[in-house]
Amino acid sequence: MVSSPAKGSLAATSRAGMVAAARTDYASESKLKAEVRGLNFYYGQRQALKNVSLPIPERTVTAMIGPSGCGKSTLLRCFNRMHDLYPGNRYEGEILLEPSGVNILSPSVDPMEMRLRTGMVFQKPNPFPKSIFENVAYGLRLRFVNDRAVLAEKVEAALRSAALWDEVKDRLHQSAFKLSGGQQQRLCVARALATDPELLLLDEPTSALDPIATSRIEDMIFTLKEQVTILIVTHNMEQAARVADYTAFMYLGELVERGTTSHIFQSPTNPLTERYLTGSFG
Amino acid sequence: MPDVSQLIRYRKRQDLVFNLIGLACTLFGILALVVLLADLMIDGLPRLSWQFFTSWPSRFASRAGILPAWVGSLCVMSVTLVAAVPLGIAAAVYLEEYAPKNWLTALIEINIANLAGVPSIIYGLMALGIFYGAAELGLGLKRGILLAGVTLGLLVLPIVIVTTREALRSIPSTIREAAYAAGATKWQVVRYHLVPYSLGGIATGTIIAMSRAVGETAPLITIGALTFISYLPPSPIQSKSPFVSFEWLQSGFTVLPIQMFNWTSRPIADFQQNAAATGLVLIAFTLTMNAVAIVVRYRVRKKLKW
Repeated sequence: MVSSPAKGSLAATSRAGMVAAARTDYASESKLKAEVRGLNFYYGQRQALKNVSLPIPERTVTAMIGPSGCGKSTLLRCFNRMHDLYPGNRYEGEILLEPSGVNILSPSVDPMEMRLRTGMVFQKPNPFPKSIFENVAYGLRLRFVNDRAVLAEKVEAALRSAALWDEVKDRLHQSAFKLSGGQQQRLCVARALATDPELLLLDEPTSALDPIATSRIEDMIFTLKEQVTILIVTHNMEQAARVADYTAFMYLGELVERGTTSHIFQSPTNPLTERYLTGSFG
Repeated sequence: MPDVSQLIRYRKRQDLVFNLIGLACTLFGILALVVLLADLMIDGLPRLSWQFFTSWPSRFASRAGILPAWVGSLCVMSVTLVAAVPLGIAAAVYLEEYAPKNWLTALIEINIANLAGVPSIIYGLMALGIFYGAAELGLGLKRGILLAGVTLGLLVLPIVIVTTREALRSIPSTIREAAYAAGATKWQVVRYHLVPYSLGGIATGTIIAMSRAVGETAPLITIGALTFISYLPPSPIQSKSPFVSFEWLQSGFTVLPIQMFNWTSRPIADFQQNAAATGLVLIAFTLTMNAVAIVVRYRVRKKLKW
């Protein structure tokens, strides 16, 4: 039923050879930022991801779609090792981060390192009960950046990237809780961007927002991909079609199909994908 | 089968009956408290004056006062606060955030819950044990304020731990995850998020613990709190270098409930009035503290609506 696109190239060759092979599979694509290979993930005894392989081209948006419980959020949370926060979770397989080619799931990689190198935005806006400024500066402070000028500059840049600067520039020191839901979510994006992450992980970032706030976030994603590689999990297929360059369809923990968004939406190879997209199930 | 309107009438009556029973049960407790308070007020209120707060105990009821008792209560409370709060917060943070979930921590948790139910006199015995143990080790620990404060601190420790854990648990996991996702260490999450956001709950728990401790009598009698005292603990601030002194920690003391107990055991009616007045002071103290706890909780909840 399921065949992952990169599987064919997974012969036991040298690492360089594998990357080259993966690239030839997607000759039309740009350089890879990350590559998931044969990933299995277990919540205790329950296997939530089954042999998932997925290339992530640099400076593009990859959307993960699929019905609830298909493992798309689980996959996303592997990238910053969020699963390590809870006992009993287990990874098998690899996520290679380019250009170093390090497997970020390996026990020798500190989960903290991946969290410092990625930014994450969650389903519901979750600003800290601090000022707008301090929310954005948070990641910098964690890195012991305390120079006022540097902080101010980085905070402004992040808020501009998140298309929030003009709305908040006069009230940076007000509580973040005073913002609307949509603004809070963009604040969370700014918080994630302030530390120049290599990967931006968006976990259904608009599921709690109204259509206007949603479209602002989508516009923002469109601009942001020039700076950073973006992975977005979404329930909303139209959203994937609007913002993503590549779309991966997941079902029951497996990656059913992955390709350019136009390919997936216009001529899916797998009948399961087509059925999901046409609303026959899910 | 009865018709619908009859059925509804019957069930509504059922509802009304329980409503009334419930109301009566609720009012019973409140009524008891009100009667108690009124009785205390009738006896004690006329006795409350400046003189009452600034006088020493005396064999003449009209000249007696609670000066050493409230000073002693204050001193013991401050030691209790210093002993219980840091220990309780640290233990709660450890149990909530750091401890692995296994049989050992489960056992510890059950024990802490049980600790809250240990009769307070047992804590008094434990304090005596500490006292004699310290004497054997050659430490000059007296049966004074320090020993009393630490004993009460241990007594209320479970309260602080339990309320702190509840406060920590009420912080949504999304906030934790946001901090971890930004690359924070456990300590940074605890230090900059969990503890600050649960301060309201911690303050509430601390105040409840203190108002429990201030009324405790049994463990203090066990370690020999004085029932008649004619001196105050030495001042912690000295005129000579090094200007601070911790001698007061070793001083003998009495506390409000012991003073009250002492007076109630005397046959003369005037002393009963003194006891009632002391009781009023004690109740006013605990009610004020509880009111502060409610205000703190309300304020924090308003600021941190998740």
